[in-house]
Amino acid sequence: MKRVPAIEGWYTLEEPAHLIGSRCRECGSYFFPRLMTFCRNPQCESSAFEEVKLSRTGKIWSYTNACYPPPAPYVSPDPYRPFAIAAVELEAERMIVLGQVVGGVDVTELKVGMPVELVLESLYTEGDTEHVVWKWRPLGRDA
Amino acid sequence: MSGEVAVLGVGMHPWGKWGRNFVEYGVLAARAALRDAGVSWGDVEFISGAATMRCGYPGYVAGATFAQALGWQGAEVNTSYAACASGSQALAAARARILSGACDLALVVGADTTPKGFLAPAAGTRPDDPDWVRFHLGITNPTYFALYARRRMELYGATVEDFTAVKVKNAAHGALNPNARYRKRFTREEVLESAMVADPLRLLHVCATSDGGAAIVLSSAKYAGAWAARAPRLAAISTVTPRFASNEVEMPDIATDSAAAAPSHSFRASIAQQAYEEAGLGPTDLSLAEVYDLASSMELDWYEYLGLCPTGEAEKLLRSGATRIGGRLPVNPSGGLACFGEAVPAQALAQVCELVWQLRGDAGERQVEGAKVGIAVNQGLFGHASAVIVKR
Repeated sequence: MKRVPAIEGWYTLEEPAHLIGSRCRECGSYFFPRLMTFCRNPQCESSAFEEVKLSRTGKIWSYTNACYPPPAPYVSPDPYRPFAIAAVELEAERMIVLGQVVGGVDVTELKVGMPVELVLESLYTEGDTEHVVWKWRPLGRDA
Repeated sequence: MSGEVAVLGVGMHPWGKWGRNFVEYGVLAARAALRDAGVSWGDVEFISGAATMRCGYPGYVAGATFAQALGWQGAEVNTSYAACASGSQALAAARARILSGACDLALVVGADTTPKGFLAPAAGTRPDDPDWVRFHLGITNPTYFALYARRRMELYGATVEDFTAVKVKNAAHGALNPNARYRKRFTREEVLESAMVADPLRLLHVCATSDGGAAIVLSSAKYAGAWAARAPRLAAISTVTPRFASNEVEMPDIATDSAAAAPSHSFRASIAQQAYEEAGLGPTDLSLAEVYDLASSMELDWYEYLGLCPTGEAEKLLRSGATRIGGRLPVNPSGGLACFGEAVPAQALAQVCELVWQLRGDAGERQVEGAKVGIAVNQGLFGHASAVIVKR
């Protein structure tokens, strides 16, 4: 099975995986997805950024699930499998990042404040190609 | 006061799901508003349309589309697009025109025809568009509503019963509104038995997408003349943008701003604040509020963003009965989005229509006794939001 990113340039493909963001060289604000043009901090006129790997662990800010198949461009397996979604607070970056929760974790197992880590998992498969994306996995839970 | 803008007339086409051309709903709403104002279309000097993105080119140039449909008569034109706040921005454009002295009589129109089911992004593969990316990841609008609902539960002890009570309250209000799409008095059991959409929110906690049209006639106080005593005044319109670093987990973004180097700000709390300052009024002056209950849980968030109660006490306010018609401060006496469903470019105008009917004492069975000041508030994609204060 060939493994390709479902979205190009948003995360590293080697393990352990990281989201790829950027950091303003002037004011230190982080951006995800990566921003390399003009800083969005209104107090900062910088256009110099460094690409950074964002923290790969954080705490759940809130969570939910998707009981119904989302519309395209979501690619749904047949039959559809509901999945959990978490909004995760990254401490160093002081930002919240959304993402699916790894398969097999039910929404009832999640809790605000729960520590999670970032892993890569299949978003969908097409022929012999697996399109992977970042997902949040409760810490201490094995793949 | 010469700087005042009067709401001379309002009109709506009922909300529903017919799939007819949006222009039809807009024209019927416009004619109703013109009749209500006692003016003719030929006298209108400025027409301001709220755009719709789902009805092709005529929707992108809604102001001109409505002008042509009503009959070209040379009025100056504007079209505004601002997601859920499109109607308010169209209203703000007309108000500014009048305040500047450039015209005395303006017509504002918004109408939409929506597809069934989840709102989906524009077609094509566009990884640079956050709206495309989030749908690709399976993150729909109810995802964002549910994240805030769950947060209320874990932080403030909100329960699914509270969200359900909001829906039941608004359904009881909407049952009295001939313009509402859903006029059924849903019971607690029906809400709790509806299908789960995005835990903890069920189908009947989440608003639908609807067809509908709303229109408002504005004039200078001078033009209002004899109507002046009856016509409510636009006391404020806020169309603020967020402040960096915005802490809102908001459609369509995958991530919030980073507060690593800048103070964290709540966008939603700033929306009404700006309107209160402009009007010189505050939450204690309000007789009623129309808020954007895209999900029943969000009505509780709005109680706090409007300053109706301290943070974390919205459930207490709801449970006290204060926000029902007959209570101290009715919220969504129209029935809200729970009973209308969302017709994006018309929704903010529909909220203002309700304020106007309430302030004039024309709201029939759902009349809020002695209504003097009302606020309408909404928030949508890409940093758009509005708050409109109307007073008697």
